[in-house]
Amino acid sequence: MSDTPLLDLRGVTKSFGSVQALIDVDFEVRAGEVMALVGDNGAGKSTLIKCVAGIHPMDEGEVIFDGQEVSIHGPKDAAKLGIEVVYQDLALCDNLDVVQNMYLGREVHDRLQRLQEPPMEAKTSETLKSLRVTTIRSIRQPVATLSGGQRQSVAVARAVLWNSRLVILDEPTAALGVAQTEQVLSLVNRLAEQGLGVILISHNLHDIFETATRITVLRLGRNAGVFVREQTTQEVVVHAITAGQPTKVSGIPGTETGVPA
Amino acid sequence: MNADAAAAELRETGLRSYPGRIRDSIKSGNLGSWPVLIALAIIVVVFAETATNFFTPGNFTNIITQMAGTCLLAYGVVFVLLIGEIDLSISYVSGMAGVIVAELQLPNGAHLPGIWCIVIAILCTTAIGAMQGSIVALVGVPSFVVTLAGFLIWQGAIQRILGGVITIQDSTINNTANYFFSDLGDWIIAAVVSSAYVVGVVGGAVARHRHGIPLTDPILFVAKLVVVPVIAVITVLICNADRGIPFALLLVVSSLLIWTFVAKRTVFGRHVYAVGGSAEAARRAGINVPRIRILVFMISGAMAGLGGVVLAANIQSADLQAGGGTLLIDAISAAVIGGTSLFGGRGEIRNGLIGALVIATIASGMNILGLQTGTIYAVTGLILLLAVTFDTVVRRVQVRSGR
Repeated sequence: MSDTPLLDLRGVTKSFGSVQALIDVDFEVRAGEVMALVGDNGAGKSTLIKCVAGIHPMDEGEVIFDGQEVSIHGPKDAAKLGIEVVYQDLALCDNLDVVQNMYLGREVHDRLQRLQEPPMEAKTSETLKSLRVTTIRSIRQPVATLSGGQRQSVAVARAVLWNSRLVILDEPTAALGVAQTEQVLSLVNRLAEQGLGVILISHNLHDIFETATRITVLRLGRNAGVFVREQTTQEVVVHAITAGQPTKVSGIPGTETGVPA
Repeated sequence: MNADAAAAELRETGLRSYPGRIRDSIKSGNLGSWPVLIALAIIVVVFAETATNFFTPGNFTNIITQMAGTCLLAYGVVFVLLIGEIDLSISYVSGMAGVIVAELQLPNGAHLPGIWCIVIAILCTTAIGAMQGSIVALVGVPSFVVTLAGFLIWQGAIQRILGGVITIQDSTINNTANYFFSDLGDWIIAAVVSSAYVVGVVGGAVARHRHGIPLTDPILFVAKLVVVPVIAVITVLICNADRGIPFALLLVVSSLLIWTFVAKRTVFGRHVYAVGGSAEAARRAGINVPRIRILVFMISGAMAGLGGVVLAANIQSADLQAGGGTLLIDAISAAVIGGTSLFGGRGEIRNGLIGALVIATIASGMNILGLQTGTIYAVTGLILLLAVTFDTVVRRVQVRSGR
């Protein structure tokens, strides 16, 4: 894991009308780590993610990706940088099959706009294999016929297919059973092992303490502290989420001991 | 499970038994056009037994020429339904096309060559589609309202433009509905259509083989290669026993091939299905959703225009009834009866043809039996209700099996 952040957000501010969703938020994630992003409902997690993904433009703030200052104006800009988002509501088209969903919006085609199905099919099956997603019977079945865990696996695999650098997972286990949750979490760890930066949004602290390298807490649109998982406890994080006592920010996120000030 | 086992499992799908796969298809609601085709076969058999002169080459070509206009409109309807929208203006937009060709060919008026009249009429209706589609896609007014307004506006426009009946004298225009190919021409058309299809299917299989993807379904593959040429030959034999293949059938079949290619083999087509499946997912995948919506309404307008030319040529005139009657209901019913979902994202271009055939066959059979128009409407309505009920039930089963 490198120490320079893959994604570094500085002073991100975003409001919807009179509602301040994000206020001066700093956030970073390094390559090869799973950075958990936690907070209560309305803390601004989804808004922050949507700003990174180019769904919402941010009002203020800098985005530094891989050491370069960049601007993200739409989903295509984010995709170009190698940022992939797996949304809570999955963002899969139920009527399309696994291959079609994996390549949605970035289909392989020739000069006449004709779809090139064979390479898409071959690469899809290769990617699923590399992630050890083994339960999908046919990659030509519509995703409507898949189970929740399988759909989540497809959504994650789609992110990997594009040689992404940063994968953002929004509540990937919210709708899953125990076994499927384990499946998806080990998939998340495999992404980080492959050297990707991973942002994991979750309400489930158990999941987070099982997978995350570090934990960023948002509260009411502000950064309420960054914790190293191995040096903190669930109680401390819960306290940060609810009471929002910010830790003394020493300037370098991730160096706090996890004891609220 | 390791990667090899996974690969083996992925590959295995192609080798599963047919009964098992059919059961899977029924469970997942993926029945395609089979229910309607079976229904159509039953309808044909019943009328062949009960109505004299129904099962004749002459009546076959009659049904084809009568349904051609509706069918061309229905192809456009399929596209609109695929993105989960509706276009209620198509009937009077097609009427506008009839009025435009009629006006432009007037010997003491513009007197343009027939082909130019047709091209200009279709360009105009495409522009109408672009306009209505833009209001839907860019402003966000529901398509139901925009095209309902269009329904009234274009009906009004037709009544204002036309003083009475304009007779169409231009032979190019009239030939779109009234020209029949010679026997030799029929065989050439059948050969071209069949070989285009075979080359497409075999070419796809070869490309897949090159990427190491095995033929998943050898029996279906061979069946595809045999069935289409056989249908072509049978059609030619029937038509040759009468006046030959009507030019309108050539329009219907070539439109089917072109739009099926666009829908299933191009990036645009893939995005149409994606927008219908989940517009939000499509948007997040970086697809320009408004652009897709506008283009689809343009296709709807263009096909309404082409259909309108054929319908006007059918009666060799444009009158105040242009685009009226049951045209709108028939075109939308055709797409839906054929199996296109009203909820978006599911359907095939061929649904328009199959549905139009069902409606025209019922109308023809009941006409021969001497039944009244009212009865025909009621029966067509019942079949529409059945088709949509079927779609709704299938959809519910599909959602259930997905969880």
